[in-house]
Amino acid sequence: MGVSRGIRAAALSLLFFAIFIAAWQIAVGGDAGGTANVDPEYAKLIGKEAATGNKSAMPSPLDVARKFWDHLADPFYVRGTNDKGIGVQLAYSIARVMGGYLLAALVAIPLGFVIGMSPLVYRALDPFIQILKPISPLAWMPLALYTIKDSSTSAVFVIFICSIWPMLINTAFGVAGVRKEWLNVARTLEVSPFRKAFTVILPAAAPTIMTGMRISIGIAWLVIVAAEMLVGGTGIGYFVWNEWNNLSIANIITAILLIGLVGMLLDQILARLTRLITYPE
Amino acid sequence: MPDREERPLIRAEAIAKVFGGDTVTAVFEDVWFSIARGEFVVLIGHSGCGKTTILNILAGLDAPSAGVVLVDEREIDGPSLDRAVIFQSHALLPWMSVAGNIAFAVRSRWADRPKRKLREHVQKFIDLVGLTGSEKKRPAELSGGMKQRVGIARALSIQPKMLLMDEPFSALDALTRGTLQDEVLRLCQATNQTVFMITHDVDEAILLADRIVLMTNGPRAKIAEIVLNTLPRERTRHDMHKHPHYYRIRNHIIEFLVDRSKAFDQEIAARGYDAKHPPLVSPGLAEPPQAVPALAASQPIPIAALRAGGSDQIQGRRLA
Repeated sequence: MGVSRGIRAAALSLLFFAIFIAAWQIAVGGDAGGTANVDPEYAKLIGKEAATGNKSAMPSPLDVARKFWDHLADPFYVRGTNDKGIGVQLAYSIARVMGGYLLAALVAIPLGFVIGMSPLVYRALDPFIQILKPISPLAWMPLALYTIKDSSTSAVFVIFICSIWPMLINTAFGVAGVRKEWLNVARTLEVSPFRKAFTVILPAAAPTIMTGMRISIGIAWLVIVAAEMLVGGTGIGYFVWNEWNNLSIANIITAILLIGLVGMLLDQILARLTRLITYPE
Repeated sequence: MPDREERPLIRAEAIAKVFGGDTVTAVFEDVWFSIARGEFVVLIGHSGCGKTTILNILAGLDAPSAGVVLVDEREIDGPSLDRAVIFQSHALLPWMSVAGNIAFAVRSRWADRPKRKLREHVQKFIDLVGLTGSEKKRPAELSGGMKQRVGIARALSIQPKMLLMDEPFSALDALTRGTLQDEVLRLCQATNQTVFMITHDVDEAILLADRIVLMTNGPRAKIAEIVLNTLPRERTRHDMHKHPHYYRIRNHIIEFLVDRSKAFDQEIAARGYDAKHPPLVSPGLAEPPQAVPALAASQPIPIAALRAGGSDQIQGRRLA
């Protein structure tokens, strides 16, 4: 029991990782030596070894690691429209997510405040929210492309529409749930409505609002990949689809790993912020 | 005793509160009382007689279903900085420090006070309640007693015309409660503060109050009588029980809470009752023989314990 739980957990993580890599290596290093009739076009595409079945088209862990390293070594090059560094592609995606997300926050938080303060407005807007909330954000895409016309802005709009709901609902919920006694303190001190909103209701509801913002950033990051596969041009989603067309599985796996890492980073930033504004009772 | 006849600070006139939709029942009705400047009035009654509702009406947080409450001859139409509330649950804002909570109140009263003066004012009230050194702590880092000290400092810092206290010490342990009662007694005597307080604790009422308002059980609760506290105002928690009036007042109140508060309707059916002028009684001045049956009636458990202990002792003696 001398070793701390953290170290033991890390050791176990490493073990799981090793097992996974080993299984992967064994799975792709297939040795079935069948020499079937192979379409020469197909063989050209995915390599002779893979086409004859001597080697899987799936890259080995080492191939992916090498690719990953290549991308990280030079992430920001631009050599034409279809050949940009993975860092550039990620930057495009993050910029779109941030744009749509911040716009959504700008709308959702004030509107959520109003909904949370007024049961009347809540009842009036509830049917709209209930119907709009479950719509897949991608369903908006054709409409956005038609009305906005610009594909990149359409992607931002899709992010906006998917990240607005958790923030809106959590803000309304947090504002409506501010403890009555805190409001009574403000009332007995004759605090003006404006000052009450900023010094009592906002700090009291802040942890709930922040939870909504954290859910939203997660959803926005999920959706951007799909949205960029549709609109094309730039972004990590487009990169994945482009590499699928190139049949470069190693690049796809690299991109998948990076999408996961960036998503985790965004979530951790929001988690940090949440901890900053959470108050112990 | 302050002069109660001359323009009281607060006058509650025929106030009632009705709850419920279909089966409308008044929690209390036809309640009349007044509070003079510098007077400490305590309201005592069982749960459900609407004590907190009465306090909330005085605070302006709630409105009576009937009747009015006048402050300085003007009807209450909402909360006011002149009537500071000390909440049972202290109601501190947990994201602010001790100093921040008090500064929030001070800034509500004097919005354009310069920063340095504001800080001095806040510090004065932190020192007053003995929290020097804890200015930067968050409420979550404080004990229950310290939290309520902040609540008291916050209420006093806006220099209100009167304090409203809703069972301020009921959530505290006995030791802390005693210390805080002493502090409140000291502060109120020093500043001649007008106070209206709700409590369950008979000793707390006798220690602090000039007059004790006794309420009958709800629904349709009313003021049964008002007990004049005839103990000298310079009393302390340690010596008040030595005064001859103490047990008479205490027994009178306990007898009321145990027996009379339930059957008050039958009591007034026999002798009549004027809600506008509930009887003002001074049990402290009563003749000692009257106090003895009251003691027997009001304290069944101690008496039973005494009897049990007594018989043991007798047996013990016999055996010896």
